[in-house]
Amino acid sequence: MKNNRLTGKLLSSPYIVWAVIFIIVPLGMVFYYGLTDKTGAFTIDNITAVMSAEHAKALWISLGLSLISTVICFFLAYPLAMILANMNVSQHSFIVLIFILPMWMNFLLRTLAWQTLLEKTGVINNILSFFHLPALNIINTPYAIILGMVYNFLPFMVLPIYNSLVKIDANVVNAAKDLGANNIQTFFKITLPLSIPGIISGITMVFIPALTTFVISKLLGGSKILLIGNVIEEEFTQAGNWHLGSGLSIVLMVFIIINMAASAIFDKDGEGSFL
Amino acid sequence: MMKITVKKIYIFLIFVFLYAPIATLMALSFNASRTRSKWGGFTLKWYISLFDNREIMQALWNTLFIALISSLTAVVIGAIACIAIHKMGKRKRAVIMGITNIPMLNADIVTGISLMLLFISFGVKFGMGTILLAHITFNIPYVILCIMPRMKQLNPSTYEAALDLGASPVHAFFKVVFPDIFPGVLSGFLMAFTMSLDDFIITHFTKGAGVDTLSTKIYTEVKKGIKPEMYALSAIIFVTVLLLLFLINKAPKEKV
Amino acid sequence: MKFRISKLFFLPICAIFFLFSSGCGNAAGNENGEVVVYNWGEYLDPEAISLFEEETGIQVIYDEFETNEIMFPKVEAGATQYDVICPSDYMIQKMIENDLLAELNFDNIPNAKANIGTQYWDRSEEFDPDNKYSVPYCWGTVGILYNKTMVDEPIDSWTVLWDEKYQDNILMQDSVRDAFMVGLKLNGYSMNSTDAGELETAKNSLIQQKPLVQAYVVDQVRDKMIGNEAAIGVIYSGEAIYTQRENPDLEYVIPKEGTNVWIDSWVIAKNAPNKENGEKFIDFMCRPEIALMNFEYITYSTPNDAARDLIEDDDIRNSPIAFPDLNQFQNLETFQYLGEEADQMYNSLWKEVKSE
Repeated sequence: MKNNRLTGKLLSSPYIVWAVIFIIVPLGMVFYYGLTDKTGAFTIDNITAVMSAEHAKALWISLGLSLISTVICFFLAYPLAMILANMNVSQHSFIVLIFILPMWMNFLLRTLAWQTLLEKTGVINNILSFFHLPALNIINTPYAIILGMVYNFLPFMVLPIYNSLVKIDANVVNAAKDLGANNIQTFFKITLPLSIPGIISGITMVFIPALTTFVISKLLGGSKILLIGNVIEEEFTQAGNWHLGSGLSIVLMVFIIINMAASAIFDKDGEGSFL
Repeated sequence: MMKITVKKIYIFLIFVFLYAPIATLMALSFNASRTRSKWGGFTLKWYISLFDNREIMQALWNTLFIALISSLTAVVIGAIACIAIHKMGKRKRAVIMGITNIPMLNADIVTGISLMLLFISFGVKFGMGTILLAHITFNIPYVILCIMPRMKQLNPSTYEAALDLGASPVHAFFKVVFPDIFPGVLSGFLMAFTMSLDDFIITHFTKGAGVDTLSTKIYTEVKKGIKPEMYALSAIIFVTVLLLLFLINKAPKEKV
Repeated sequence: MKFRISKLFFLPICAIFFLFSSGCGNAAGNENGEVVVYNWGEYLDPEAISLFEEETGIQVIYDEFETNEIMFPKVEAGATQYDVICPSDYMIQKMIENDLLAELNFDNIPNAKANIGTQYWDRSEEFDPDNKYSVPYCWGTVGILYNKTMVDEPIDSWTVLWDEKYQDNILMQDSVRDAFMVGLKLNGYSMNSTDAGELETAKNSLIQQKPLVQAYVVDQVRDKMIGNEAAIGVIYSGEAIYTQRENPDLEYVIPKEGTNVWIDSWVIAKNAPNKENGEKFIDFMCRPEIALMNFEYITYSTPNDAARDLIEDDDIRNSPIAFPDLNQFQNLETFQYLGEEADQMYNSLWKEVKSE
């Protein structure tokens, strides 16, 4: 047991050292900027700035859009991951790569390609008008932003869920069926609970990047909707007010903590049902 | 039978969704006009000028080099960390996982600038090395998030059984634990590789003069319009990887 | 299956060998030293760099930035010591105020005073009062680009951007100062205004305009206008020539209320390790044939009069878009750096517009 603890320390130390240097130190700087004004004096104005009408509105819209996108991603990804997990075993790595491959094209190029597809005179509308169908006018609206988020972050949801589904022992599922559970019962009693760790990872990896994105609303939303990511980005790149930008970043960290707490709760359930 | 058809249609639709922009990019690489919004006729000239463009080729090698090294390093550090985190108590684990998520939440520019200031204060010379350090840093969380779910599903008794049967911890790890978490390691590696390929802001602030990746090239081209050579290059990368995938998948089966 | 996956790992490892054997072979030093140049992306004909290297034996290390604001912290922090940089007007002023720039030795840059027109030096005084720090490289105006087939009346004023007829057909600039320039000019104020009342008026105009705007864009105006996405867009003159070439229905106009005349200039960083090489580089770029080469590559107007005389095509040499006679227009201004407080005022007003 003692030995075990020692190896634990030994194993975790490289990452902890790395995290301290490259995560904690930069984080400290965010806090330093966020909690000072430009003279260097302590202030919480940059934090309370989130209450101002524009910032609060931007935050709510961001939360709403990223929540919707996460939910859509989940409902698209779960069936997909299940289908994939049930496929012939020798194709696993192939399947994983097929879903990651689109992301190897540059993010900016891909998002610009969506613009080309969705525009009033774009590809999709040309095809629709060829068949005399009504035009699709979602470019520069929140719908286009959601589409962009779902498109960009869907693989982040598919992969962790797929990973945890593959890991489920087929015998457990078969045992449930032998004991008389129907497909729906098996799914809710066995498959779903066992895949919760993957779901948590997936939600984290979709929700958090969606919450902080700014490129998507710029290119697909026509910049008409201000997201909290845009506010922060512009504080750094246009307004040059690092203090406010950092302050608002700190506010966003609240959502990390919520996420942390949530996964700690579900974690227990996930492991409990496994044993 | 019906069910299989539904499944196939579903997968097909998702594929259309994922690959529609890629198809668009590939179509644009044959567009004689420099602008993405006008079709100027079919041409192969961008493919020819691409290979004459030393800068783009150099940027391509830099990108692949950085993505590969940083994601491999991140996988090693991340996988070891996962094993350690898995052994921790619940509260400690929650804290570490929270810290792990931070680089994903921080605006890229915050991470980029703070790493730049960090490197300056340590007097590190800016160049390939600093980019690698930065990329490893933002890659690790993706690796951990991919491996952790599989760790949680791991049955600890198999590892202990292996130890009881006389295997050394390292041996037991590679024989028992590693095969189980391997799909997670693989998707972590791919995810890290992908994130590294795509990053612009953090690379911009941590790179030295004259070291370019494809992303930094593409983003700085925005002001004057993306060069069609970039579409051509994307198309080539895509087709190459796809072909390799098919070759690997179609290769005659070998015994494990 | 396990074997298959390990083959997947094998692939990248092959790639890495390939890399080591091919990619990294250009570390040779240079006897005549080097010069580190930091420029906008795609803002220079690469051929010009090769010519400079051949002639002088100085190795050029070339680096690119996307916006002034991304360039500034990098230069300020000194992570990489740049020699020659190419910022815009107001940013040059900000860099002078932050003591980041070195005074130029014009004895080493004879081509600058010889070839660059006086009117550009005069205009530069708005941000570089004694012309001590900067040599103009590119310039232009901001105006309205419209599609003749989608607009009925002649256009000569910013007011068209408030015309409800064109709802959802207007592309507006998505950066604080450019957007407020339009709002301020529309109301007859200076675009360098720091008066709270004037800015409030401009803000209300912009809010009033928002329902008519199709999208706020920066670089996308070009492609969207070429593709007939919108009828009217606010655009930089350097893009206008290119867009017209791609879509002959487009027309560019400088509004009668006045507009922004912008200048991007060469400067040398205070901590430049190779100041003299930097000056050689700037001098080289001011040669008429080199300036012409760059003009033809990037299509942004050159302040180099000698280069303009070399342009063979009459239409371009006398193009009212590329080389407007600035004396014909009133209320032309150049952006100035207004200080941090004013910047923040602009920014929070802009956020009110955007979150409306």
